[in-house]
Amino acid sequence: MKKKNRDEEGASQGVATAEKNVSLTVNGKRHELLVGKDVNPEHTLAHTLRETLGYTGTKIACDHGSCGACTVLMDGEAVLSCMTLTVECDGKNITTIEGLENAKTRELHPLQQAFIDNTAFQCGFCTPGIILSAKAMLDKNPSPTEEEIKQELAGHYCRCGSQYLVIKAILALVGKGGDLSERAI
Amino acid sequence: MSVQYRHIGKATPRKDARVIVTGKAEYIDDIKIAGMLYGKVLRSPYPHANIKNIDTAKAEAYPGVEAVLTYKNVPGWMAGVPYHRPVLDSTVRFVGDAVALVAAETEEAANEALELIDVEYEQLPAVYDMEAAAQPGAPQLHERIPNNIFPRGFRSIGEKALQELVMGDVEKGFGEADIIEEATCAYENIPNPLPPEPPGVIARWEDPDHLTIYTASQSAPMNRNFAQPALGLVDIRVIGMQCGGSYGTKNANFIPMAHAAALAKAAGKPVKVYFSKEEHFNAYTLRLGSRIHARVGIKKDGTVTAVEGEWFVDTGAVSEMAQVQVAVGLGETQLLIRCPNWNLQPTLVCTNRNPSGVVRGFGGQELNCALLPLLTVVMEKADLNPVDFFKKNYMAPGAGFFWRDGIWRDYRGIDFSKAIDKGAEVFGWKDKWKGWNKPTAVNGSKRTGVGVGLHGNADIGEDESEANVKLSPDARAVVYACVSESGMGERSALCKMAAEVLNLPLDRVNIAPADTLVNPFEFGLVGSRGTYTVGSAVIQAAEDARRQLLELAAPVLGVKPEELDTKDGVIYLKNDPQKKIAWYKAMGIARTITGQGRFETDFSLCNCMIIFAEVEVDTETGKADLRRIVASTDCGQIIDPLVLEGQLHGSLGSAGIDTAIFEETVLDKDTGHILNCNMIDYKWRTFADLPPFQSIMLETPVDSHRFKAIGVGEIAPAPGAAAVLMAVNNAIGRKIMTYPATPAKILKALGRI
Repeated sequence: MKKKNRDEEGASQGVATAEKNVSLTVNGKRHELLVGKDVNPEHTLAHTLRETLGYTGTKIACDHGSCGACTVLMDGEAVLSCMTLTVECDGKNITTIEGLENAKTRELHPLQQAFIDNTAFQCGFCTPGIILSAKAMLDKNPSPTEEEIKQELAGHYCRCGSQYLVIKAILALVGKGGDLSERAI
Repeated sequence: MSVQYRHIGKATPRKDARVIVTGKAEYIDDIKIAGMLYGKVLRSPYPHANIKNIDTAKAEAYPGVEAVLTYKNVPGWMAGVPYHRPVLDSTVRFVGDAVALVAAETEEAANEALELIDVEYEQLPAVYDMEAAAQPGAPQLHERIPNNIFPRGFRSIGEKALQELVMGDVEKGFGEADIIEEATCAYENIPNPLPPEPPGVIARWEDPDHLTIYTASQSAPMNRNFAQPALGLVDIRVIGMQCGGSYGTKNANFIPMAHAAALAKAAGKPVKVYFSKEEHFNAYTLRLGSRIHARVGIKKDGTVTAVEGEWFVDTGAVSEMAQVQVAVGLGETQLLIRCPNWNLQPTLVCTNRNPSGVVRGFGGQELNCALLPLLTVVMEKADLNPVDFFKKNYMAPGAGFFWRDGIWRDYRGIDFSKAIDKGAEVFGWKDKWKGWNKPTAVNGSKRTGVGVGLHGNADIGEDESEANVKLSPDARAVVYACVSESGMGERSALCKMAAEVLNLPLDRVNIAPADTLVNPFEFGLVGSRGTYTVGSAVIQAAEDARRQLLELAAPVLGVKPEELDTKDGVIYLKNDPQKKIAWYKAMGIARTITGQGRFETDFSLCNCMIIFAEVEVDTETGKADLRRIVASTDCGQIIDPLVLEGQLHGSLGSAGIDTAIFEETVLDKDTGHILNCNMIDYKWRTFADLPPFQSIMLETPVDSHRFKAIGVGEIAPAPGAAAVLMAVNNAIGRKIMTYPATPAKILKALGRI
């Protein structure tokens, strides 16, 4: 059912024609994807990233745009890659979780380090999406309040209960650290 | 904290932290095995039907398809007690039940082939209510389960498995009571714990006697321990992947594993079966349904004198081990209330909806959540403060209980009064508690109420664990314990324990993959058992390795082993630390030392979690909002404060606290379909809705192992739902006795609809 809808959507928008390339830059590396060969019109960006290009750090949980696990950055904006068709991404610049650490020095992004320092994850399945949304947020708003963080991350499903330590990690990173539970009262 | 340790009790980065935050952690859907096929399942659209005809010819002919299985050609592996859960059957018993399996080169081909299977169903009457299912004349689900009532007993937990709670003399007990009340209470919203990662398994046959399983499981070895008898004792090697959440639901993984193994056998190639989220909702594990009709007698001082009643437990269509859940539940309820006279009779029933299997809470949460509303009625009649009632009645030294094996245990653990008091103090219970049915505050149409719940489990020492610790001359150690990681940080905790014993930096200690081929026996990381059971085995193995190391060093240094100590890979004389040698000088470079450890079951300790909740109810809309949580526990000794705090925070989701107000699986009782089987319609708490949450983690040393610690993670959610329901009831001044307290139920209780 879902697949057919995506087919129709792709066709009606006229974005997918045979023998057209989709040029996608992922974590600074350019990929030329041939429609009909490397990518089909119904392929989501999440599918292409994971299955075609091997960026398995991008997670798929609901595959219906309601849990945030598949979040990646597209031209700096957090997007749900399971709700984005790859054929619509021509010319886009994608950052996945694999692209956050410094490719040369292997140094982690400060957000990643903050998550480690605060054990801001449990099972870790929702973590890549949360980190990328947090990055998009901080790029726009370098000093969010606790409430702003909660609103920005509201689309991310975490079932283990890592949310509190995620908020703590981000607040610590932006210099607003402290005991969350004490302040939240 | 009385003892300062080098690693234990300190927040240290999880061993897998870097791979998690960089996206390199390998979950089951991240790996591809050479030649791997994709397995897909055709699922029943009907709640109960016979398959009259099934034609797979077109599916078999579809390009890329390598195997198609139906009940006619699938291996006869069976699970459940009695055996009633085949891999595929000629009868389907819930919407979403497996009808046929396909393995193909691509996921697309497998899905296309499913649509080419022609099935002719003969629909049968279905039954969804557990008490209706247990009535004579109800539609029958299984030949082997007459009247839809499971037989009692489960041999693996003992011949005397606790299958009813009968002790003392209930009539005498009621005779001594000042207050007797009876009620029907239900905790049957059958919520879905819903880990973000769907269930998944890859199966590969090395030869007819050797099956390799890659699994997303919190208890990788359980995939072997549980399935081996069902699969005719073939050798099953299980490799646990990083597991994207479980909350009890991904343990033995029998059905996805059996599907993958059957397809892999038929195709002669590895097969992956990975559920979609839709299947995760419709065909995977829910919490047990629980309903009690019971009578409780207490004295005015809160002494419980008798409990009598029926406990109906709904497993859905099939069950792999519900009898064990009943046994553990009956044990846990005795921890909640110390009462000399019981007659609580469980009836375990199957119905035509998807299975309720193992879920965090494991029977105890289900029973206590159903019993607690009734207890609030007697507490109210006696005008007792619930905090005092719990303190008086919770398990304490000097008391005891019958555990799951039907054997009495004298309790020898922590007195949890301190944790109860501390929780009450931090929450401000004394000021907020205004008495039964009285709101803490009223602000226009909004009323605030408070509630408290308590829960404990003696599973912390259940079942056996073995571990090895290997020392190498380069001053490194490897822990061999077959523990997979699903979020509890247990693999890191075990490294900390070994590093503490060996006095090594934490980065010198690692843990082997959760692979049954390389590790000694492990039961599985279920309940809250990891800290005490696997921990004990690892500590013992590390101590054994250390002893061997010092014995090797002693002659080199010309002293006795007991005169030596080791730190950071150097062995030195305790009374003359300048005399020292490196490990490799003692061992040589062509040697490793392996220490061994084993833990035997101990049911004489339990844990305890107390949750205080503040709720605001809008009496105009009926909506209840959680305003604050204080969770309090005493764990003996913290291994890692952030990991433990995370476990406590996990009480909100995973079919926990929020089952009091909005988490439920809505079953259409006309069609058997689940109406909210997606992540929009199934309600879950978002970041934006997080209430302030305070965790109190006391450390009263307990006689468990060297580090005086016990586990507590599993029970974090268990007391929460009852606490929140109590808070709602106090806010509105009415008694809602079934979960969840939805706006409709609240408005009805208020007489507004």
